[in-house]
Amino acid sequence: MIHSLFLVNSSGDIFLEKHWKSVVSRSVCDYFFEAQERATEPENVPPVIPTPHHYLISVLRHRIYFVAVIQSEVPPLFVIEFLHRVVDTFQDYFGVCTEAAIKDNVVVVYELLEEMLDNGFPLATESNILKELIKPPTILRTMVNTITGSTNVGEQLPTGQLSVVPWRRTGVKYTNNEAYFDVVEEIDVIIDKSGSTITAEIQGVIDACVKLTGMPDLTLSFMNPRLLDDVSFHPCVRFKRWEAERILSFIPPDGNFRLLSYHVSSQNGYPVGYRSLVAIPVYVKHNITFREGSSQGRFDLTLGPKQTMGKGVEAVLVSSQLPRGVLNANLSASQGTYTFDPVTKMLTWDVGKINPQKLPSLKGSMSLQAGASKPDENPSINIQFKIQQMAISGLKVNRLDMYGEKYKPFKGIKYMTKAGKFQVRT
Amino acid sequence: MSASSAFSDEKGGSSSVGEPEYGHDPASGGIFSSDYKRHDDLKEMLDSNKDSLKLEAMKRIVAMIARGKNTSDLFPAVVKNVACKNIEVKKLVYVYLVRYAEEQQDLALLSISTFQRGLKDPNQLIRASALRVLSSIRVTIIVPIMMLAIKEAASDMSPYVRKTAAHAIPKLYSLDPEQKDQLIEVIEKLLADKTTLVAGSVVMAFEEVCPERIDLIHKNYRKLCNLLVDVEEWGQVVIINMLTRYARTQFLNPNLNECLLEEGGESTFYGSDADQDEDEDEDKKDEALSKRKPYVMDPDHRLLLRNTKPLLQSRNAAVVMAVAQLYFHLAPKAEVGVIAKALVRLLRSHSEVQYVVLQNVATMTIKRRGMFEPYLKSFYIRSTDPTQIKVLKLEVLTNLASETNISTILREFQTYIKSMDKDFVAATIQAIGRCATHIGEVRDTCLNGLVQLLSNRDELVVAESVVVIKKLLQMQPEKHSDIIKHMAKLTDNIQVPMARASILWLIGEYCEHVPKIAPDVLRKMAKTFTNEEDIVKLQIINLAAKLYLTNSKQTKLLTQYVLNLAKYDQNYDIRDRARFIRQLIVPTDKCGALSKYAKKLILALKPAPILESPFKDRDHFQLGSLSHLLNTKAGGYQELPDWPQDAPDPSVRNVEVKESVPEWTKCSSREKRKEKKVEKPFYSDSEGESGPTESADSESDSASSSASGSEQSGSGSEESEESEERSDSDEEEEEEEEEAKKRKTQKKEPIEAVQQSESEQSSEEEVKKRKVSIPPPRNVSESESDDDDSPSDSSQDSESEDSESEAEVKKKKKITPPKAPTKPVKKEGKKEKKEMSLLDFDDFEPTPSPQVTPVGNFLSSSLVTDLEGLSLTDTVLSPATISPSGSLKSYELLHRITGEGLWVEYCFSRQPFLPDPHMVAVQIQFTNSAATEAKSLRLEEAKLQSGMRVKEFPEIEVLPAGESATVVMGVDFCDSTQAANLQLCTHSRKFFVSIQPPVGELMTPSFMTENEFKKEQGQLMGMNEITEKMQLPERCQNEHAIVQRVIAAANLSRVPCGSDKECSSPAPPPPGPPVHRFAGRTVTSGSLVLVTVATKESGPSQLTINCEKMVIGTMLVKDILLALTQ
Repeated sequence: MIHSLFLVNSSGDIFLEKHWKSVVSRSVCDYFFEAQERATEPENVPPVIPTPHHYLISVLRHRIYFVAVIQSEVPPLFVIEFLHRVVDTFQDYFGVCTEAAIKDNVVVVYELLEEMLDNGFPLATESNILKELIKPPTILRTMVNTITGSTNVGEQLPTGQLSVVPWRRTGVKYTNNEAYFDVVEEIDVIIDKSGSTITAEIQGVIDACVKLTGMPDLTLSFMNPRLLDDVSFHPCVRFKRWEAERILSFIPPDGNFRLLSYHVSSQNGYPVGYRSLVAIPVYVKHNITFREGSSQGRFDLTLGPKQTMGKGVEAVLVSSQLPRGVLNANLSASQGTYTFDPVTKMLTWDVGKINPQKLPSLKGSMSLQAGASKPDENPSINIQFKIQQMAISGLKVNRLDMYGEKYKPFKGIKYMTKAGKFQVRT
Repeated sequence: MSASSAFSDEKGGSSSVGEPEYGHDPASGGIFSSDYKRHDDLKEMLDSNKDSLKLEAMKRIVAMIARGKNTSDLFPAVVKNVACKNIEVKKLVYVYLVRYAEEQQDLALLSISTFQRGLKDPNQLIRASALRVLSSIRVTIIVPIMMLAIKEAASDMSPYVRKTAAHAIPKLYSLDPEQKDQLIEVIEKLLADKTTLVAGSVVMAFEEVCPERIDLIHKNYRKLCNLLVDVEEWGQVVIINMLTRYARTQFLNPNLNECLLEEGGESTFYGSDADQDEDEDEDKKDEALSKRKPYVMDPDHRLLLRNTKPLLQSRNAAVVMAVAQLYFHLAPKAEVGVIAKALVRLLRSHSEVQYVVLQNVATMTIKRRGMFEPYLKSFYIRSTDPTQIKVLKLEVLTNLASETNISTILREFQTYIKSMDKDFVAATIQAIGRCATHIGEVRDTCLNGLVQLLSNRDELVVAESVVVIKKLLQMQPEKHSDIIKHMAKLTDNIQVPMARASILWLIGEYCEHVPKIAPDVLRKMAKTFTNEEDIVKLQIINLAAKLYLTNSKQTKLLTQYVLNLAKYDQNYDIRDRARFIRQLIVPTDKCGALSKYAKKLILALKPAPILESPFKDRDHFQLGSLSHLLNTKAGGYQELPDWPQDAPDPSVRNVEVKESVPEWTKCSSREKRKEKKVEKPFYSDSEGESGPTESADSESDSASSSASGSEQSGSGSEESEESEERSDSDEEEEEEEEEAKKRKTQKKEPIEAVQQSESEQSSEEEVKKRKVSIPPPRNVSESESDDDDSPSDSSQDSESEDSESEAEVKKKKKITPPKAPTKPVKKEGKKEKKEMSLLDFDDFEPTPSPQVTPVGNFLSSSLVTDLEGLSLTDTVLSPATISPSGSLKSYELLHRITGEGLWVEYCFSRQPFLPDPHMVAVQIQFTNSAATEAKSLRLEEAKLQSGMRVKEFPEIEVLPAGESATVVMGVDFCDSTQAANLQLCTHSRKFFVSIQPPVGELMTPSFMTENEFKKEQGQLMGMNEITEKMQLPERCQNEHAIVQRVIAAANLSRVPCGSDKECSSPAPPPPGPPVHRFAGRTVTSGSLVLVTVATKESGPSQLTINCEKMVIGTMLVKDILLALTQ
């Protein structure tokens, strides 16, 4: 399956290579570099590149290309999904997945890669098992290791792989037993010129941080489970129970994990009764015009909250790629600060919190290249925001119960709504 | 030895300064000033006694390997440490060894003995890791050693080691393909393994080594299907892809009839199906389809579809895609729709995932547009998408365009045309052109829109529009001469060669529509000829030729001029063309023949181009594969075979090895069994180790299932016996059948079983028995059947003899260690067979039927099935609850007189019907009291009330006279007590029968605590609550009687009381009147049914029922009242 892996940084250097079968010369990456040169944007490098003897499948994360070399037929998603899992694992281990972090921990990285693939076929990809095999480096441990000469490879042999629940280690112990759940929803919207919604969908996840002793068996129930029509689960969730009772029943992995992700859509394609219109929490009034023959354009933008159930809209950031003809923007913001980069033509406006009494606005003029004709297109506006303590879909956790262990855990749940790809066409 | 050269390599390589691998070690900077010293120092460190120094050295070496530096000269120094005690040093040495062993084969051999020792280690993890490294060393000399190690590991006790063995197979194969035959044997053996841990890896080995040996899969097919959900995600992908191929060779095309009948109405037919992805709909449709046509889906085919469907919810995109392609290639068209939602969900993932998914969606949309139509908007393009994603989304949108949605799509396209990404704009224009060609109604609108684009400032946009317009005009040129004129004017401005060429071609082709302009265009072009691009020049020549033929008066000279210019062009293509054209059109003396036809040749009517999707016909590659993505065959790609014309024999998937049976004599079979027996213990051991994975299999539970068979007989259910018969050994059953045939005795286990169970009464006793009887499950049933007065003792005897011998061997086994099999081929099949009979009983059923669940009746079915997956049954929930004792009431379905000797009874087994949790399991017992045998007993053409569904049992082929058989079917009564009217068929007759459920059978027990119960009860007040007062008769006063009666009347579970008075009977009676609570859910809708019986010391007791379904509640009150007061 996967022959080799090359890590390539943004300047085109191979800074790590790992082979699971016989060694593949790193010159194979030349094909990748060619494709990279051809691509205008870093993310435009095709994920699959055929070369005379190999195929290169790559993913781009944190400005590092993870280039897998394969020799024969394999489902491309298999490799892509695996590479993403590698990145997730690195992130889990080192906190960040940067070139520097990988170089600093090159031995751990190598040990991890060695465990994750055997002869190119995934072996242990559950982070819990890996953590049993190879302890993640912490500052303290590094210190201790340097002094005592001990190692970060697990002394005990890992049993997780053989256990009842392969995602959970055995013998977990905590003094404070806690289980936190974050319901995070991202709302993806396209709003057209006239302000009507073209598409709106919600992509939600429930991330959990469970630190519970022993082998707890949790059940999580929702007030309105019907919303969760299109879901994917962590393998720990008992699917049948969900099908029958719409209750999430699971023995959680230890630590952080993504319990489930779901998708709520406003469009048809769902059985009647499941229809849920996606509420758009902010509105935008815009007036961006360019006049023919004039070297001035008007820019006028006002934001306001709607359907937020009284929760404040925070961390609002507006960005817009202005047309190439715009030389400069001379605007005034009623709140926050704006910047215009004359090279990339990127206008960003850091609004902060929206005050419903005094709606933030950004007004002014844009100066265009003299003599140039008016740009064809109006820029589209991308908005980011956060709303705390609310899930825009209305999803609510009903209760969390624990079986199988005696103690009483501390339970917490947090809701948050974020803008995903929130785009307003003008 | 290449050490010296390698060394100089390294020297060269290391000349770059500031290597990070040294940078992070502050101490190293000063020491390693020169390359020589550096390596010497590493060697020194490796030779030292201190583990910390060794570790430090190894870390540095690994860091060098990671950077691609050559460290092969350190090989001798490193390999010495292979036996190092320090586990991290060891691991790093392994890393080094695997990397360089190939280059330094001789030295690598030094390490082999260490691994060989490791292979014998008592710790399974050490054995596994030794095998892993040993097999990773690519040194041809050790092939025999590897082969031996793999074979041994394949029979290891630990499933983890067996998994490692499966991984090692492709490694060895790539090293020495000549070992293939031997490896196939190992694969065959491992394929029979029943642990989920091994399944994925061995299928991967199968795919790499012998994908053509599809026959190896037959006997493991059902097991793989059933295990699939619990296999780790990577294994799932491999298995699903393999099974797709397998199914294509073994089953009939489910869409064959439709293809013939519904070719035309495809889009409307699918338009509706995407949103109906519920199971029920599917099944209904399936039924409807099969009614209409002779096609009946093979139950194994259905099994595959059903077991893969839940995986659409996997978090792993590769799994989702694998299931999607399986459905696309294998499912009846009406069911394919279910994958759309899951695929659309993947579109939110990383852009690489999106890219692959969109490619596949694009192919799918060509074949099955309706499937994705409801999700049209999910493919709308955002300005922030990478270009390649944009283009693919555009492709999908274009494929999805139809008369109904074209206006929306075109409006969306208009937005895209304004985008700043010009490549994307060009693609959009192409897309508009394709929409216009496919949907006639919008052709004019599109054309007008494109013509407007001609005045766009961006040349690229204009050029692309011209090209597309040209194609569109070709379809109906006569209507659009004004557009042609307009385009002729553009030649002055447009510089893009392709566009210019297109315009010239258009003018030439339709010069009769623009007779005045055409010569003028030629004149202009002749002027600029020398400066044009090649494709434009060719079109100028064409234009000239065409004009010459139609309008030679005006253009003769111009043509001559152009041809002369072309004659001396640098490009030979153009020179050729000019020469050819001149010969063709200019009449000379020499060439008469061709020029006569010049007009016909040049002015022939050209067919309009068909704008096609680049994804057309890509579906002959298996979707989701690399080959599909690249649209070329990748190395190692296995073609997806075409459906067979006639279905191959489905019996090959039966677990029995048919061919070998006839040769068996009774004794030889027993001998062989003994041999097989030798294998057995490690499997049972392995079960101990891998218990979870085994029991996680939803339909089976090996060891415990047989145990629970006996347990359940205690609960009074005939079902349990039935399932025991099934689970205990489908193999055994079949084998028995064979034997029975041989010896002209008859198989009659079912009857015995039923009778046994009826004779069994006490549940407590059973519980005890269960505890005792778990290790040799069969013995229980054997001992129980002593008092059996059924006709065929002989088979019974032989049966118990066999089991005795088995038990003996088992004992022996405990003493003697397992031997590796010496003669594998012949024995393989039988071995497999025996294993099955003893261990994994119910994976192999022909059709899924309700299985024994390891827990008693008192748990809710869903909970039970869930818990099976986790084997927590004993620890988590063990409420001491009284299960209903006494046999279940059976009802007559067909009287023996009406049935002409066939006597049919049914009862409600109260087992969850696993194939469909919304169905009630009905156990049907056929007794043939006629003198002749009854053949092909089956249910047919159920005439059901609306909403009701029936899952028929597999046809009973022969029921000999005097025999009985028991089957289980599922009925969804829709929570109503209306009878299910069915037609029971034999080979000669049909009987109309009906199954009438008592209301108490329409529910399944639901486990809840007292608090939950009270809470739920609080929500079901008012109309949903029914209360009756009653006077309990004397003998019904005690708690045991009440519980027993209520549970007998309705399939509910007891809610444990807060005080554990049941658990400890001697405890003083609690103050206050005792209250008994029972909870359940209706089978179809899952509505709660809560029953409370409050007894009072004096005065009437009170019965309260809370249920959302009032009808059910009312009827249940009556039933329970009756049960309690009788």
